[in-house]
Amino acid sequence: MVENRPWLTLLSHAVLIAGVATVAFPLYVTFVVSTLTLDQVLEVPMRMIPGDQLLHNYRQVLAAGSTRGSAAPVGAMLMNSLVMALVIAAGKIVVSIIASFAIVYFRFPLRRFCFWMIFVTLMLPVEVRIIPTFKVAADLKLLDSYAGLTLPLIASATATFLFRQFFLTIPEELAEAARIDGAGPLRFFRDVVLPLSSTTVAALFVIQFIYGWNQYLWPLLVTSQESMYTVVMGIKRMIVGGDATNEWPLIMATAMLAMLPPAAVVLLMQKWFVKGLVEAEK
Amino acid sequence: MDKRVVFGSRWLPYALLAPQLAVTLVFFFWPAAQALWYSFLLQDAFGLSSRFVGLQNFAVLFRDPHYLDSFKVTAVFSTLVAAGGIAVSLLLAVMADRVVRGALIYRTLLVWPYAVAPAVAGVLWGFLFAPSIGIVTYVLKKAGVDWNWVIQGDQAMLLVVIASVWKQISYNVLFFLAGLQSIPRSLIEAAAIDGAGPVRRFWTIVFPLLSPTTFFLLVVNVVYAFFDTFGVIDATTQGGPAAATQTLVYKVYYDGVKAADLGGSSAQSVVLMLLVIGLTVIQFRFVEKRVQY
Repeated sequence: MVENRPWLTLLSHAVLIAGVATVAFPLYVTFVVSTLTLDQVLEVPMRMIPGDQLLHNYRQVLAAGSTRGSAAPVGAMLMNSLVMALVIAAGKIVVSIIASFAIVYFRFPLRRFCFWMIFVTLMLPVEVRIIPTFKVAADLKLLDSYAGLTLPLIASATATFLFRQFFLTIPEELAEAARIDGAGPLRFFRDVVLPLSSTTVAALFVIQFIYGWNQYLWPLLVTSQESMYTVVMGIKRMIVGGDATNEWPLIMATAMLAMLPPAAVVLLMQKWFVKGLVEAEK
Repeated sequence: MDKRVVFGSRWLPYALLAPQLAVTLVFFFWPAAQALWYSFLLQDAFGLSSRFVGLQNFAVLFRDPHYLDSFKVTAVFSTLVAAGGIAVSLLLAVMADRVVRGALIYRTLLVWPYAVAPAVAGVLWGFLFAPSIGIVTYVLKKAGVDWNWVIQGDQAMLLVVIASVWKQISYNVLFFLAGLQSIPRSLIEAAAIDGAGPVRRFWTIVFPLLSPTTFFLLVVNVVYAFFDTFGVIDATTQGGPAAATQTLVYKVYYDGVKAADLGGSSAQSVVLMLLVIGLTVIQFRFVEKRVQY
């Protein structure tokens, strides 16, 4: 702090507390609704203190979904989301780290071309090529499968850049020493590059896990069987009509369950997360 | 920047690049090329045959008032999301940078919405603002506001903007905090010694020095508003009422998946691709500048 201005400090805290409260308000309401009965939710104004239906609501959605909308059990959806998020995160990291290793540590014809091909994918988000991508997935018989949920999302320009950026900072002497000692590229990769990259891997893992978990449009397109729903799209299937016809306590219990895993990852790995986020954009 | 020391192998680099390139070719380039190809085709009413019609799909598209409207909707939506998100985040970040006590706690409490899926954010805010039972609706009605986003277009727009901004605040705050920390303390101290108050210091020193961050976030937020908010819109207004929140991306999805208009939807895809290419070029031009800065 440059100078002592107690009133300004007080104002800062007031603004921050108001901001934090506004940001947290939807979460609190969601939690409260997930502990009430439907009748309690439909009372206007709704009570703002948690009720006693917590166990009942969560048990209901985990085992049997909602009763009026989709009856797919949320437990299975959470499993699907977890598989999807983990495979996408791990897949992106593996595929990108070896690709950047090739680009940085080898000279070969078409090197620049390969790099640009990966780069250009940044300009082709799934939203702009919805129908043809769906067709490709259908032709390859990937619909309603984990492969269909994950494989098309595994290429990553961002991760490739981040690894390339990092590899360029690894001292030349290390590669030189490895070569003098007679280590081949794969040995160098395993014994030197991989251990050095652990921080970058951790940071990317957090970002990509959240990316995978929060996918919405793609699962919506490639899954039609309830057994393959992910939780983020499953919530939408529980919303069937107007305000009063939805089973809000069950929907909000599902929303809580959909938010918890990625939020836990962000909060527990905050250091890596911040690092990964800020550096991925450099 | 290239490495001096490299390894020699004829096949290894290709093998290492193969997985990434295979996914890229099959799921990015091939579909994108098909979208381009479809955009020149017209299907008959039964979807049995199609013929080459040149630029006719594009001509139809740009004469379609609904399409031009969705351009307007997208422009309004992304302006509000970007401006709103940046303004709120800058305020919070500057305040969090000022306080000594609890700065990390505030950051932690502001960061978690990053983890919330846009679709879930839509469900949450849609419920808070629900026309008959929403708690915010109740407060608004008490205050004399006739709130019903299911019928009123501008209220629906406000709802999706609020939900989208809420989700993006965490991202913006983190970048502003990083930007604020990189401003040399000595500059601010010198200004304070010269008698500049906190407000003046902000506008003459902090804000100009933050401009690279602000501009970067502007681009990122516009891209976010374009593409990542599909979930927010699909979970709340689904483009309605009367297409008041139908953004370009939502219309591509709606025309292609729900209305099965292959040619029209593909032409829209191609227009969107051009927009993304434009945005990416702006983004990277700027990144180069920032490196020199």
